[in-house]
Amino acid sequence: MAGATPDWTRHVEAAVLGGADAIEIGLPFSDPMIDGAVIQEASQRSLERGTTLDSVCEELESLSTEIPLIAMTYYNLFLHYGLERAAGRLRRAGFSGAIVPDLPLEEAGEWRQACDACDVATIYLVAPSTPAARAHEIATRTQGFVYAAARMAVTGAASDEGDGPRVVATVRQASDVPVYVGIGIGTPQQAARAAAYADGVIVGSALVKLVLDGASTAEIERFVGSFRTAID
Amino acid sequence: MKNDVMGTPDEHGRFGDFGGRFVPEALVPACLELEEAFRDAWSDPSFVAEYRLVLQQFAGRPTPVTPLPRLSERLGLKLYAKREDLAHTGSHKINNVIGQTLLTQRMGKSRVIAETGAGQHGVATATAAARLGLSCTVFMGEVDTERQELNVFRMELLGAQVVTVTSGSRTLKDAVNEALRDWVTCVADTHYCIGSVMGPHPFPWMVREFQSIIGSEASQQLNDLGVGVPDVVVACVGGGSNAAGVFAGFANEKTRLIGVEAAGGAAVRSGSPGVLHGMRSLLLQDEFGQIEEAHSISAGLDYPGIGPEHAYLSGMHRAEYYAVADDEVIGALSLLSETEGIIPALETAHAVAWIEREAGGLLPHGSSVLLNLSGRGDKDVAQVRAILKGQA
Repeated sequence: MAGATPDWTRHVEAAVLGGADAIEIGLPFSDPMIDGAVIQEASQRSLERGTTLDSVCEELESLSTEIPLIAMTYYNLFLHYGLERAAGRLRRAGFSGAIVPDLPLEEAGEWRQACDACDVATIYLVAPSTPAARAHEIATRTQGFVYAAARMAVTGAASDEGDGPRVVATVRQASDVPVYVGIGIGTPQQAARAAAYADGVIVGSALVKLVLDGASTAEIERFVGSFRTAID
Repeated sequence: MKNDVMGTPDEHGRFGDFGGRFVPEALVPACLELEEAFRDAWSDPSFVAEYRLVLQQFAGRPTPVTPLPRLSERLGLKLYAKREDLAHTGSHKINNVIGQTLLTQRMGKSRVIAETGAGQHGVATATAAARLGLSCTVFMGEVDTERQELNVFRMELLGAQVVTVTSGSRTLKDAVNEALRDWVTCVADTHYCIGSVMGPHPFPWMVREFQSIIGSEASQQLNDLGVGVPDVVVACVGGGSNAAGVFAGFANEKTRLIGVEAAGGAAVRSGSPGVLHGMRSLLLQDEFGQIEEAHSISAGLDYPGIGPEHAYLSGMHRAEYYAVADDEVIGALSLLSETEGIIPALETAHAVAWIEREAGGLLPHGSSVLLNLSGRGDKDVAQVRAILKGQA
């Protein structure tokens, strides 16, 4: 979550050093309806620190990293900023893709157009509740990868394996686009199990919780490294 | 009866530029299922008959239209009130929840969840759920559980579980967020019984349909009273369900439609287009697109948005929206109580306050005016007493 702490860009660097293949960066929104307690807390802290789309993009410009950065936030931020202007701003700050969880396929047209014009990938989600035909359509229209939600839940820790294998298998029937699985993956063991059936694993709340608890950059690097080791 | 101005939204759930279905992918199938179930039920005469029968036998419909002679004389108007305060549980909210709980049962789901601000929708949902033996969970912001303590207990008496929401501004919008989060997790067996004409398609349309019984009854009753088509219809607006329900009966007439917002939550007067809670509508937001908190004396109007159909009606100048301040509301509540023997809910008192303020102004003397008396004031008496004693 961008801006949740003053040195958040250092945490991004630490995650890269720890072996992350890509970094998903949350832009805080006042009403994160698909997020659990950890991301809600991080969003609130970030907003209290005055974080904006512009401030995140400015701070990222000082960061030099080769790995992809993916923005994640709610649609109203982009809508209010102006869709094309927002997509362009993201691109200039080094983002190569965006995930907008409250923008399902039917509503995503204008945003997709803006992103296409600025070379920002629009990444769509598939959920356990998504019927197969719809999942296939999403798989053919997403760019970069499909975000497969492993369970019917908000973001945050979970103990079970969820529906990840089934969701990934459904997507693969239609497309060979990479499928990354997320939601409820908080330990290296869970990540390793998910990596066995998916092309990638998305770890959000577990890492953000560490940041909120005041972890040092070394601890973050080690934490991400433990996932890297478990997956490889 | 076919209704052109307030018709069916397009296939994307849009009323003009507003509405739509901005929900996480996990909820899209549930919204599609609900849309289909509602279309099917609403065109099934046996469902509609059951809905009407329950409203009659259980909820006390039709509610009367009452002439308000003393207030009329005082203000130089011909005033009538549609008495939703006399419906079971004390407000118009019951119309919608009877419809939605019957639909829940028809869809084979066993649990309903709801958000509530003042507690009226929560109580109504708990009531309708108890009647059908559905399990019920109500989400209510902490600020509201404190100022509407009795309604919390009322819901518990009815067998509902009340979850106090401590995130964000701890009011209605956060209760909606929390209900949506619950719905994502439990959507297989749970229906989210949204309390107003807001949220993703089909909710704004479905809730308006379930509330339009207010307008269709009132239209008939005013005819029977010899009033005919009123010059003006006035209703308070938070999300806007009572207003949408009464407007629906007059939208094709020449009647002026007036929605009255709380000054601290005036999405039409002070808001701008945005996306929140599954809909594109008018919202209170800051320069960065962060949603602002609404502040009003009445918990039921503490919502930073408005139903998308109201945004549409406002944009096409079919309905007009005005705001009144908290201090005008208390005076209006006392006025209606003293002149007509009806203590209105604080939400409803906003509509009364606008009528009082604009009599002879935006409301020319002699106008025939239908006030939608959306709820009774019992729930607010302790709060009003505290305010009036504090002023004394």
